[in-house]
Formats: sequence, structure tokens, C-alpha cells
Amino acid sequence: MNRCVRHAAAFCFLLLLALLANATRVQLVEAGGHAANPANRRADIALYARPRGDILAGTRTVTGSRPTSGQLRYVRTYADGPLYAPVTGFASQTYGATLLEGTENGLLDGTSPALHEQPLWREITRARQRGGDVHTTIDPAAQQAAYDGLAGRRGAVAALDPATGRILALVSSPSYDPGLLSGAGPSVTAAWKRFNADPEQPMLDRAIRQTYPPGSTFKVVTAAAALAGGEVTDLRAPTDSPDPYRLPGTDVALTNEGPGCRDASVYDAFRYSCNTVFAKLGADLGPQDVVAQAELFGFNDNELRIPPSVAKSNVDTTMSPDQVALSSIGQYDTTATPLQMAMVAAAVGDGGRLMAPYLVDRVTNHAGTTVSETRPHTLHQAVGTRTAAALQQLMEAVVTDGTGTNAAIPGAVVGGKTGTAQHGLANAGTPYAWFLSYAKPPGSSRAAVAVAVVVEDADAVRADISGGGNAAPIARAVMEAVLKEPAAGVSSPAGS
Amino acid sequence: MSATSATAPPPPGPPRPVPPHGAARPRPAARRGVELCLLVAAVGISVYGYAEVGLARSGAVPKDALAYGGGLGGLALLAHVAVRARARYADPLLLPIAVLLNGLGLVLVYRLDLEPVLGPRAAPAQLVWSSLGVGLFAVAVLALRDHRVLARYTYVSVTAALALLVMPIAFPAVNGARIWIRAAGFSIQPGEFAKVLLAIFFAGYLAANRAALAYAGRPLPVAGRLKGLRRLQLPTGRVLGPVIAVWLASVGVLVLERDLGTSLLFFGLFVVMLYVATGRTGWTAVGLLLAAAGAAAVGETEPHVHARVQDWLHPFASIAAGQGPSQLAQSLFAFGNGGALGTGLGQGSSYLVGFAAKSDFVLATAGEELGLAGLCALLGLYALLVARGFAAALATRDPFGRLLAAGLASILALQVFVVTGGVMDLIPLTGMAMPFLAQGGSSVVANWLIVALLVRISDRARRPEPEQPAPAGTAGPDTPPPAKPRHPESTESPGSTGSSGSTA
Repeated sequence: MNRCVRHAAAFCFLLLLALLANATRVQLVEAGGHAANPANRRADIALYARPRGDILAGTRTVTGSRPTSGQLRYVRTYADGPLYAPVTGFASQTYGATLLEGTENGLLDGTSPALHEQPLWREITRARQRGGDVHTTIDPAAQQAAYDGLAGRRGAVAALDPATGRILALVSSPSYDPGLLSGAGPSVTAAWKRFNADPEQPMLDRAIRQTYPPGSTFKVVTAAAALAGGEVTDLRAPTDSPDPYRLPGTDVALTNEGPGCRDASVYDAFRYSCNTVFAKLGADLGPQDVVAQAELFGFNDNELRIPPSVAKSNVDTTMSPDQVALSSIGQYDTTATPLQMAMVAAAVGDGGRLMAPYLVDRVTNHAGTTVSETRPHTLHQAVGTRTAAALQQLMEAVVTDGTGTNAAIPGAVVGGKTGTAQHGLANAGTPYAWFLSYAKPPGSSRAAVAVAVVVEDADAVRADISGGGNAAPIARAVMEAVLKEPAAGVSSPAGS
Repeated sequence: MSATSATAPPPPGPPRPVPPHGAARPRPAARRGVELCLLVAAVGISVYGYAEVGLARSGAVPKDALAYGGGLGGLALLAHVAVRARARYADPLLLPIAVLLNGLGLVLVYRLDLEPVLGPRAAPAQLVWSSLGVGLFAVAVLALRDHRVLARYTYVSVTAALALLVMPIAFPAVNGARIWIRAAGFSIQPGEFAKVLLAIFFAGYLAANRAALAYAGRPLPVAGRLKGLRRLQLPTGRVLGPVIAVWLASVGVLVLERDLGTSLLFFGLFVVMLYVATGRTGWTAVGLLLAAAGAAAVGETEPHVHARVQDWLHPFASIAAGQGPSQLAQSLFAFGNGGALGTGLGQGSSYLVGFAAKSDFVLATAGEELGLAGLCALLGLYALLVARGFAAALATRDPFGRLLAAGLASILALQVFVVTGGVMDLIPLTGMAMPFLAQGGSSVVANWLIVALLVRISDRARRPEPEQPAPAGTAGPDTPPPAKPRHPESTESPGSTGSSGSTA
């Protein structure tokens, strides 16, 4: 009988061995697969178990975290959601994260190895790293000025520091409150549906993700190509440009909004935004020169990251002469993001050097130690210094004695360019009002700020829509905010 | 671990009596001091776990940590005093392991009480049940001087067991199983007690009829090419009938109640005890075949069981079907998250398992928060408990005690296997409580009763013989001698008045 008792004990021992082998299988061998299973909520729970790191604009913290009683403990909050939405994006427990919240996600939630000081020890203790803080380059005053200037109208503003490429303002309007998407549950789902169904598209980041026909503002690029290629040497010399101008190889006659464009000099044509002169200039230059110059300013670049990706601004590379002519005045297939046009203004204002735009100044860990810092770097030498000086002359004339007088700032040197872009079938859509500009602080030869403004939904009649009327005051307000000369309120747009 | 213990010589007890008259034997050590030290360690570890939960969750040791330690220590002391008084020679490992497992179970339940999604708090009630269990342990150790008395109640036990098993049919089902009796605001699970009673019945009956079962038999009525099978002898129906009947009745009731786990446990207990009693592998084979046939039949016919089997084969099917992870999948996620070292007590997310996290799936919390290391330690404790049970069986000198100890140890082993295997996808999930660890009053009380019986048997086994010439053949040889109609040990079979006066 004792033999049988031993057998029974041995059988129980076998059962134990089976359990141990199986436990090893479940807990070690297959653990990785279980952890990666999308139905396993543990990764999310761990992610939201601690407050997320914050995003800062200057010294202002624009995000926060709020503890809840739910399974995913901390929920993202936004101090001024709609204002900073084009910068922060949203960080939703339901819909993931976008823009900075998305690209810097690992740093904000603490999973990035860059934050870890003793990786091996962390592996053993399984302690989770607190999220780091992302310090943006945004200037809160400029951001606020741009947002107030748009005042809910559809449009966008991008502002840069030409010398470094720091993005000072990034505004899209109408905006949305990303805080409404932070958590999970029916209210979040409803907000998501509402935002997506809204014809105003509040979640579209127009400043970097939407391209518009740049219209007359593209004439800066055309002028740069003409000056750089030697096509134009004397800005004051009259050109040989008919009015109206028949597009080469077609029966289409191009006209101007105003008089005085026949055979106008480049200087005058730029001041009064003559379509005919610049269309002919572009056609004379040919596609290669115009496209090459545009690409030096940053067009046709799929790779631009600030770190959120920026939509490609487009100039077609193969065009017939009539298409080149239209492209040269910012029509046909030419499109640009507001950030792209701000880069054009910044390159001109900074003497021809185009700095790569960036939004993240530095990232600090939870203790405040800097873990990474962005170093400014040159993207392209867009134009030579002489060409840049000539372009500055042209642009400053627009503000002193042209279509952009609304952007003038007392004491500062401001250069700008207005634009009115027609679009839609047979140009039936409401035109976009554009304004791009730079400002040099008093006594400086280098621009301290460059801005591009686009306003989509000007409800006024066609004639009233011009960059000078709708967009220039916004650009001025932003530039004033950066130049630390607070404007006495944004003046009401006056017709130009 | 248990193999070494099982094959190692029994703990220092009396050596096998040397015929004809035993010379003066050295008095075996009682080892109660060892037990006391181990008990202090067991209570200490439990309190440490309790404090750790508080530190992890709120950054402070719970205010009532000392009270918990005092309560558990008091219970342990009570049990220890009872053992010291009436079972001086008991195995010193049994009680500390039970206290440690129970203490850790309380810590785990307390830790899960911190998750509001899992419903009302269960730890206070569990503490009350544990106290009841320890009280019953003390009463059993004090009142039951000799386990052989239980052999007289063989048929009472079986009647009571069957009655207990039938009772829940009158009560509403909970989560698809009718295994509870509800009365006066609290519910008990009669199946937990029935397993102890059935072990007593099997032990008593098989000890009394061992010889008949092993030898009185007819060759299998087969002819021709299967002549080889004739060596398998069937005992007479008269002997086997009651056993089969009891077993069938219990299993039938279980099928009606949809309690697959207990059913599996009874199958296993039946087969193991039959094998230990008769030493016939043929029985084991027949038992296993019956079990397999029964399992297959039930699996095919019972949708509830069939679903469990499907879930075992494809634990993640519900995810693929878009219904979210099943309990079993959540359990596997928890174990996987634990990895080698665990997340630490209080820091896992095993509440995702859902409503059964404190009862059937309490191991998922252990696996997630203590890791593979902690799980191995827990299984090691169970293995040690089982091994000491078998060691007691080996050292016991009467067949009833030997069968009972082996049966009780097997119950523990099988229950641990069925529960652990179930929640870790080794076998289909059956829904049973992990002994001592899981929330469930009946389970805790019944398992304390098992430990009490093992303590009593091991005490009897290691106790020095009274100072009188031992009757020849108090201990039969392990292998029954051939063709001996009556076993010498049958002098101590149930019904006989051979109650050896214990000199406690």
C-alpha cells in the first residue's frame, strides 16, 4: 500500500511540474504577445496612471492633467484649448494623439528611452518614468494676437523668427477645444462626431495641414527667380508687359484688378500687384527657374517636420508656358500652407537665408533637466544677399506705398505682400485674402518676425477682398506683439 | 519537492516495529518549537504583504496592519495551542503552511477590495470565515483524539455528503452553477464539505473492503484474441457496487448542478484512492476511461461545459469576435503582465478579470503582482503541504488513516491543479476556489478541516507507542501478502472495538 501512496505522491508531483511548466509558458514565453494584444488594456492603464508631461508656450503651461475615478486615471486638460489646438493637437484616450501631443508622445508620457537615466535598474524595478515637458517656441502674445485678429473667421496665421526658424505663432480658426476629446465615454464620442461633422472643420490645422492657392503672394517667389536669374536687373525699369496679357498658346486674356500695369516696372507691378507683369515674367523665365526658386523657398518638400509633419506646398514641375504664367501669380496648381508663405517672408527678411522652422525649443525631464534641445539650422540659401535686398525693397514699398499700408508699424521697417487668391469652379469660390510680411525692429537690418496670414471667409464682396484689407491688420498685430510694442487694439479693417 | 518527500523516509517517527517485541525506542522529538517559529514567520510574511499593499496604494502602512497581524497571530496561536495540547507529535509544517496561505489569501482579498469595480468588500467576511475555520481546526484537534473513530462513520459520511450535494438544487443558480445554499443572509458551498466527507467514506469503505476489492474477482468474460485481458479481474458487484453507486450519484448531481470542477475533483479522488487501496493499475485505467468518457459525454451535451472547453482551446476567440476579452483571456493577460518578478502587490490591474477576481481568479492577482517567482513560491507551499500529507500517510500504521491522509493530500493537490490549470489555460476552466487563497467561506473552513485531519493523522503516526508490548502486526507490510483471507489490520477495521487507548 505504501508503494501506491508513493505512486500517488509522484503523480501529484507530476501535476505540480505541469503547472510550473505552464506558468513559465504563460508568464514568460507568451507574455510579450499578451502585452501586445490590443484587447489588453494594461498598456493604456499604465500610460494614464501618472500625469502626462506638459506643453509650454514661453513660460505658460498650456496643458495639464486631471485625475479621474476611471480606469485610465489621468485625463489631459488644456488651459486655453482652442487657442493652442494647432500647436498641441489633442491627446485622447479614445482617439490617440495628434500634432505635438502625438509626435512628442513618448516624451510626454514617459515611455521614451531618452528620459531614462538608468535603463537596467528601471527594467528591474519596473518603475515608470514621469513624463517630460515640451517647451515650444510659441510666443504667447503673438499667438493670442493672431487668434484675436482672426476672431473666429476661417483662416490661419503662421509666424516665424527669421533668424532661427523658431515658430512664434501657429493659429487656425475656427478652432476646437481638444480638452473635449481627452477622456473616454459618450461625451467624448459625441464631441468627436460633432467636430468631424462641422462644415467649418474646426479640427483642421490650417496653418500647417491645409494648402491654399497663394495668389499674388507668390509674386515674391517669381520676383526672386527673375532677380536671381538676371531676368530683371533694374527694379525701376519698365517691363514689356501688355495689359491684358494673352496667356501664351491660348486665347485666355489675363487682366488686373487695378489700372497702371501696362509696361509697369517690377517695382510698381509689385506694389500694385499686377498679374500681367508677373505672369509674363514667369512665362519668360520658364518652368525650371520658377520651380527651382520655389523649391529653394521650401516648396515641393514632403519631408518638412516641425516635428509634426507639414503638408507639401506644391508647384508643378512640368508645365506648359501658359501654366507657368498662371503659376507665377500663384494660381493654376500652385498651393502653399500659411507656414510655407511665412518661410518665404522670413527668408527675404533674413537676407536670403531660409532657416528650418521648428516648434520644439527643448524637452526637459520631470526634474527640469534638459534632455534634448533643437539647434537652429539652415534649410536653404533661398536667394543671395543682393537679391534679398532687392526683394526687401519691393516688399517694403508695398507697405509704405502700395496695397499693404495697413501693416505699417510706426518705428519699425515692415515689408509685405498682399494676395487675393481666386479658387473654385470658374473662380466662383470666395477668394482667399493673403498677407505675408516681415518686420525689422527699429535700428536693425534683420527681420525679427515674419508672418503669413490667410483669411478664407471674407463675407464681403469681391472687390473688398484683398490681403491688404482683411489680412494685413492681423499680420501687423502679430508683428507688434513680437516686437513688444503692444498695439492699441486691432484696428478695424479698412478697404485698400 | 514532493517527490523527494514522498520517496524519502518518513519523518523521524517510530521505526517500523521490530518483531516480536519492540525494544525501547528513543522518544521522538515533538517539534512544537519549530512549529511556533514557523508560525511567527508565516504571520510576519502575511503582515508584511498587508503593509506592502498599503504602501503601494496610499504610501502608508494601513492603520490596522498591527490589528491584522494580531488577529492572524491570535488565530495561529489558538491553533498552535490546540496542537500542542492534543497533537504533540504532529508534523510541524502543516499548520504554519496553512496559516501562511490563509494569511496571504486575506492579503490578496484585501488588496482586491481596494478596487471599487469589484463590488463590496470581502476581506472582513473572509477574516470571520478564517476564524471559524481555525476554530473548527482547534475543536477537531481537541475533540478527535484518534482519527480511526471516523471510520465508524463511513456510511454516515456518505449519506451526509450526498445530502449536501443534493441540497443546492433547491436554490437558484449563480453564474450558471447551482452550488450554493443560501440561508440567513449568507451562503455556503456544500460541495467543499462533501469532498472531506467523501474522502472519509472512501477511506473507510476501501480500508474495510481492501482485500475483497483486490482479490475477489472474476476474470473478464472475454475470449479469443482478447484473452490477455482476462488478467484484469473484476471484483464482485457486491463489493464494488456501493462505491460506484456513490460515485455515480455524486457525479450525476454535479452534472445537474453544472459544477465541473468539483466533479473533476471527485473523479480524481475516487481513482487515486481506489489505486492506493487496491494497488491495481487496472482500476486506475478503468477509472480514467470512465472519467474520459464522462467528460466527453458531458462536454458534448452540456452547453455550459462545451463553452468552457471551447474557451480553453481558443482563449482569445472572443476578442477576434469583437466581444472583448473573456475572463480567461484577462487572466492570461494578468499572468503575462506579472512576468518573472511581478508588478508588486497592489500595483497590478487584475481587477480587469471582473467579478470572479476575488474567488476563482484570485491566482491571477497573485501571478500579476508577485510574478512567476511568487506563483512558484505559492505552488511550492501547496506542494509542501501535499507532501507532508503523503508523508503522514506513509508513516501511519493503520490502513484507514493511510487512505484518509493520502485522500486528503490528493484532494489538495487535485484542487490546486484544477484551479491553477484552469485559470492558466492548461485545462478547461472549472470554477473552483483555490484552497485558503480564494474568497469563499466554505472553502476556507473545509480546508482547515482537512489540515486538522492531517495534523491528527501525522500526530498518531509519529507518536511513540504506549509502554506496552505492541500486538504483533500492528503494521502490515506494504504489499499485501498473497492469499491471506483476512488482513491483520482488519482488527482495526470500522465497527471493531479496537480503539487503542491513546495516552495523550
